[in-house]
Amino acid sequence: MDELLTEFLTETSEALAVIDTELVRFEQDPSDKAILQDIFRLVHTIKGTSGFLGLPRLEKVTHAGEDVLGMFRDGALEVTPTAVSVILKAIDRVKDIIGGLEESGSEPAGDDSALIAELRVIAGDDATPPPPALDQAPVAAAPEPAPEPEPAAEGAPPTDADGGFPVAQELLDEVTAAGADGPGVPTDADAGFPVAQELLDEVTAAGADDAGVPTDAAGGFPVAQEILDEVSGAQTAQQSAAGTGEYTEGLPAGPQAIAQPAEQPAPEAAPQVAEAPAEAAVPEAAAPEAAASEPAAPPPTAEAAADAGEPRQVKESSIAAQSVRVNVQLLENLMTLVGELVLTRNQLLQMVRGRDESEFKVPLQRLNHITTDVQEGVMKTRMQPIKNAWAKLPRIVRDLSLEMDKKIELDMLGGDTELDRQVLELIKDPLMHMVRNSADHGLETTAGRLEAGKPETGVITLNAYHEGGHIIIEIKDDGRGVNIERVKSIILSKELATEAELAEMSDQQITQFIFKAGFSTAEKVTSVSGRGVGMDVVRTNIEKIGGNVELTSEPGKGSRFKINIPLTLAIVSALIVESGGERFAIPQIGVLELVRVSNNSENRIETINDVPVLRLRDSLLPLVDLPKVQKLKASNEDDPDVERFVVVSQVGTLTFGLIVDRVFDTEEIVVKPVAPILRQVPIYSGNTILGDGSVIMILDVNGIASIAGALDMPRQEVSDTVQDTSTTAGERVALLVFRASGSQLQAVPLALISRLEIIEGERIEYAHGEPMVQYRERLMPLIATDGGEIKPDGQQNLLVFQEGDRAAGLVVETIVDIVEQVLKVELTADKPGLVGAAVIDGKATDVLDVGHYLTKAFPDWFTATQEQRGDGENLRKRMLLVDDSPFFRNLMAPLFSVAGYEVITADSADDALQMRDDGADFDVIISDIEMPGTNGFQFAEHVRGDPRWRDVPMVALSSRASEKDRERGRSAGFDDYVAKFDRNKVLDSLNRNFQREAEVPTEKVA
Amino acid sequence: MSETTTSSGQSERATKQFVTLTIADQLFGIPVLSVQDVLASQPVARVPLAHPVVAGLINLRGRIVTAINMRQRMTLPPRDDGSEGMSVVVEYQGELYSLNIDTIGDVISVPLDKIELNLATLDPLWRSFADGIYRLDEQLLVILEIERLLDLDAAEAA
Repeated sequence: MDELLTEFLTETSEALAVIDTELVRFEQDPSDKAILQDIFRLVHTIKGTSGFLGLPRLEKVTHAGEDVLGMFRDGALEVTPTAVSVILKAIDRVKDIIGGLEESGSEPAGDDSALIAELRVIAGDDATPPPPALDQAPVAAAPEPAPEPEPAAEGAPPTDADGGFPVAQELLDEVTAAGADGPGVPTDADAGFPVAQELLDEVTAAGADDAGVPTDAAGGFPVAQEILDEVSGAQTAQQSAAGTGEYTEGLPAGPQAIAQPAEQPAPEAAPQVAEAPAEAAVPEAAAPEAAASEPAAPPPTAEAAADAGEPRQVKESSIAAQSVRVNVQLLENLMTLVGELVLTRNQLLQMVRGRDESEFKVPLQRLNHITTDVQEGVMKTRMQPIKNAWAKLPRIVRDLSLEMDKKIELDMLGGDTELDRQVLELIKDPLMHMVRNSADHGLETTAGRLEAGKPETGVITLNAYHEGGHIIIEIKDDGRGVNIERVKSIILSKELATEAELAEMSDQQITQFIFKAGFSTAEKVTSVSGRGVGMDVVRTNIEKIGGNVELTSEPGKGSRFKINIPLTLAIVSALIVESGGERFAIPQIGVLELVRVSNNSENRIETINDVPVLRLRDSLLPLVDLPKVQKLKASNEDDPDVERFVVVSQVGTLTFGLIVDRVFDTEEIVVKPVAPILRQVPIYSGNTILGDGSVIMILDVNGIASIAGALDMPRQEVSDTVQDTSTTAGERVALLVFRASGSQLQAVPLALISRLEIIEGERIEYAHGEPMVQYRERLMPLIATDGGEIKPDGQQNLLVFQEGDRAAGLVVETIVDIVEQVLKVELTADKPGLVGAAVIDGKATDVLDVGHYLTKAFPDWFTATQEQRGDGENLRKRMLLVDDSPFFRNLMAPLFSVAGYEVITADSADDALQMRDDGADFDVIISDIEMPGTNGFQFAEHVRGDPRWRDVPMVALSSRASEKDRERGRSAGFDDYVAKFDRNKVLDSLNRNFQREAEVPTEKVA
Repeated sequence: MSETTTSSGQSERATKQFVTLTIADQLFGIPVLSVQDVLASQPVARVPLAHPVVAGLINLRGRIVTAINMRQRMTLPPRDDGSEGMSVVVEYQGELYSLNIDTIGDVISVPLDKIELNLATLDPLWRSFADGIYRLDEQLLVILEIERLLDLDAAEAA
């Protein structure tokens, strides 16, 4: 394929993409002349060039399209969706032909007469003499403005002065005169347009020749030539207008069409341009172009005509010169070379690292810097604005909106956000799919929207922005959100989960099922979506490039997809770790933090329900043991006390930790894709060669998490497994069982314990007779349980309870187990220190009253410490905790006071209401539901029914948290409804409530 | 390996050249044009959880090459004599693969019409990646077809 054709194809493809988008915009705002100008110009160019290159199909189709566009421009044709659809069809046809051209180098055979006929019909048909003639030959030679009357040209007054363009001026005058008369009617006869007619004749004659060869000389086109000459004279005085064509001399479309050609590569230009003014005039039932006569019009024309063969001049002086077209393969090669450079640099650095004194160090330093800069520069070349991926969307949305008879608006924000070319390619399809989804399933019909009180037009918003090494792309719609009930029924019908499992899931969790393979809520496969291709493929594609996608939905309000993708793929920083004796790389971006763990340190891996977890600050982190996953031998198999590391990562909304044997350092690595034979293995996302020449695999954190099953049911924290909201009677609690001394088993609710520690007896010191130990730079008092004792030597276990910066340690002899079960405490009335006894794990166990011991350590543990806060303000919010069970009051009260509340308890709803009558006031009320006498729902109704506490936030605590219960709670007046033992959820809920109640004054009178 | 000679007087026969190699005492041949490299034993990076046929990855002048355990591929017992073996590097669909074999032999020319396609005598697994058999004086040479050898998906299905 020759270069000329290649260039044509490239430029035309670009133009077609722009035309698509512009047409959709134009349809939405038909009064926008600028857009139409653009479109017309682009189509016109394609027509002209294809004529010159001898591509008849293209020429004919674009010509017919151009006619219709011209009519839009002159207001002779109303911009209707039907009309635009046909134009779009024409554009599609052009795309097809271009496609065929690309493949074979010549136009594919085909018949466009039906399409052209359609276009003609829209155009009101019937042409006028010159145009058909023009069809056959790219009559480039003469600017043949068959000037037509300008119909009610709104605001397009041609110039009045002669300005040195006699012939042109005459034409203009003819036109003006005609314009004054009214809408344009094509005329065959002279009818008062002598100059025009002459030109026309020239053209017709030329057309009949079928020559299609541009001529510079008069070559039988005297009138035309004169105009041309006038024009070239004008050229010098004009600024180059390539690309802009803003001739504000009131000239309608024509000039722009003429300006455009200037951008064409040299050879095309001359004939092209010369043709342009003529074509611009494309006479037609009102596609008038007095244009050619306009002086301002043709600097480029003149340019081109004058320097037949050197229109590049114009191009150079314009913005086009600022950028260069580069072959993609060249960039790829460059990228690979840079990759190799980075690797070699790494190798050198490695070699020099060992030696302190080396003459290589300094130059290597420089090489290092330079390599980094080159790397960054080359990576920038791969960056493209994301709007390139969005280019097709306006058209798709438009078509969808017609097809489904919905009004849809597409907002695209952040189109300039740049991302790697490779990534761009990969997300194009997922993006399209999600937009289709929103349009098809998300948005309601017009009627539906009105009913719901929403504006008629549904809005789909695309938003892209950078955030810390990632690019975030959101696709939002203001439709009906995900229909949870439908999703549920599909889950059940496809047997993806059982009823019981569903009942325990939050709406958010249920929503995630949409990403499961084979899932589609479409009742029937429309041509738009529901093809079974599905969101699972979308998610897989996005995860393949190291990203993830999340769906949140608000019923009735809309849904939002949020895609998160790492910015570049090729060269990344990675953490080198060891697992099972082999080294692996983890991309730095996936690493939140590193924690050193060992059996002897304060960071220990504990097991809850067979799931290894790490207590990290306030949450429990589920862990995955990498060597185990890889079926390798972990370092702690031989030596259980060996130090290992946890790499904390985040996948979507789930944070988890990866246990590895060792951590080395961070290196920059070049990511090479794995061989096809290894692609099936989900835990690898690539491989690389390290500085020392060794090949290592790059781990895919997503993949590991899914293999380990941690992602099957997205859970925020493992504490969910501990808080089992089962529907059986009784509450399941996690208990730490231990022996304080002797063989008596005792237990404490795990939720209360801050940490488990082991201390040496020698560390215990005594201050005014009380045992304590230095702990994290403070003194921590130690308490022994009744009957237990603190030994002066040897290792002892401590259960650490903490509140703010106060901590107390309960000494126990041995820790037996962590058990989760329903707790049935048989209360014993008067043994201090014990809440009672229960059967735990099959054995009789005392349940400790933690509060008792804490007050032993600090008598004022539970009372407010506002005096200590110094600033005098009562920062503690007052909380009323209503629960009939002393055990649970005892359990929850310390939790809340640790969180900063002043806790007052009531053991029944009636008690609480009595407090209200006594004038007590609270900032928040937490209440149990299952209580004898007045239950929680009734309590809430009472509270809400009376002005005194009506506005106090109320949170329900219960072991029963099904949808129905929540509903009931809400309608009774609770602001929130939380599972009883999920400490963090409770605190979250409280925080949320307080944010809403920001105005509630903290000063209350007790 | 003896070379076959065309008998004089006959028109020239078309021949193809093969690199011969031995795995577990069986002789195989790979078209010489498919062979990119012959390597001595290399340090291999293991890939946990990979298909058992994948011995690991090696670094060949800066390119990552997948090492294939041929004995595993052919369901032959692993090498037990402690020798290191060698490997033959071939290309398949743009990727390089290093086939771990026992020893490498000469390059021989085989007349195309002497290659027997009746493979009924072969183990069905071998039949799946053999392109023919050539009878040498003392042994059979099994000609390997690289595409099918490395197409594990088809192998799984078989």
